[in-house]
Amino acid sequence: MAKVLVVTSGKGGVGKTTSTAAIGAALAQAGQNVVVVDFDVGLRNLDLIMGAERRVVYDLVNVVQGDAKLAQALIRDKRVDTLSLLPASQTRDKDALTPEGVERVVGDLRDKFDWVVCDSPAGIERGATLAMRHADVAIVVTNPEVSSVRDSDRIIGMLDSKTARAEAGERIDKHLLLTRYDTGRATRGEMLKVDDVLEILAIPLLGIIPDSEDVLRASNVGCPVTLHNPSSAPARAYSEAVRRLLGEAIDVSVPVERKGLMSRLFGRKVA
Amino acid sequence: MSIFNFFSRPRSAPIARERLQLLLAHERALSGRSDLAAVLQEEILAVIARHIAIDRDKVNVKLDRGASVSTLEIDIEMPVSLSPVKN
Repeated sequence: MAKVLVVTSGKGGVGKTTSTAAIGAALAQAGQNVVVVDFDVGLRNLDLIMGAERRVVYDLVNVVQGDAKLAQALIRDKRVDTLSLLPASQTRDKDALTPEGVERVVGDLRDKFDWVVCDSPAGIERGATLAMRHADVAIVVTNPEVSSVRDSDRIIGMLDSKTARAEAGERIDKHLLLTRYDTGRATRGEMLKVDDVLEILAIPLLGIIPDSEDVLRASNVGCPVTLHNPSSAPARAYSEAVRRLLGEAIDVSVPVERKGLMSRLFGRKVA
Repeated sequence: MSIFNFFSRPRSAPIARERLQLLLAHERALSGRSDLAAVLQEEILAVIARHIAIDRDKVNVKLDRGASVSTLEIDIEMPVSLSPVKN
């Protein structure tokens, strides 16, 4: 039975697209048949993070409007063959996605894949509500920072009221993914702790992604961080989060950077 | 910043936590009615305007959210003559 997963947050810039790419790739590496779908119409970026920006011909809007077949728009990943991308369009028309069209496309994707991972745009407007509309599972990406936590709270409220599952009186599985976490700063009382955020948002924790230079390095070259440097701290954190998503019971910890002698001596990584 | 301050830097995270807890308690209660203050202002003014002519510029509305109690303060400057509304 296929699962539709929405990666959402309310606030922009907290790591939705990075997380979608990393989680999608890790799911695919675990043997699942995965499609990552970019719902950020007008500001597509998942193609760039996945390194497929030069292969985009058709997009989600073309498929929703019936101008292209689903198979024509799907881009198969060159590194993991069970991973595909459905890019967003660059059109500025906000009404390009229709509720009926999205329902039909998500339904078709359910038939083809084990996991449909929807990368939500920021905000609480049409794009964000359509991205979460048909989700069975939601990952709420949150930074340990007041505005991000507040917006996540709003989004959790919407997941519980505006989704198809919520309207049918069913439960939607919600998970918290805390990104850009700095254990040192949290210990020193300069950053909200994991427990603070968990107590406030009151949804189960899927993983803690440490703030890391590896994330930018991976996006620079267009590769999900879980594929680019699997032994890096964020990649290990994402991979563990995916194992939890697949039902394994693993304790949540914050992976630490493994520093070599050179970086210990000079305080930075030799890239 | 003195050396003393440097060694005992104030911890800001507990403040963030308290502010969030307070704010979200209110926002959750008002969910879907986030413009409550505006709605109240309009309705209260409409009631008063039924009885006396008031100048919209001389109305001051303040909403203050406290830990245990919130206050909605509506300050209306009454015209000297208290002229009734002509229907």
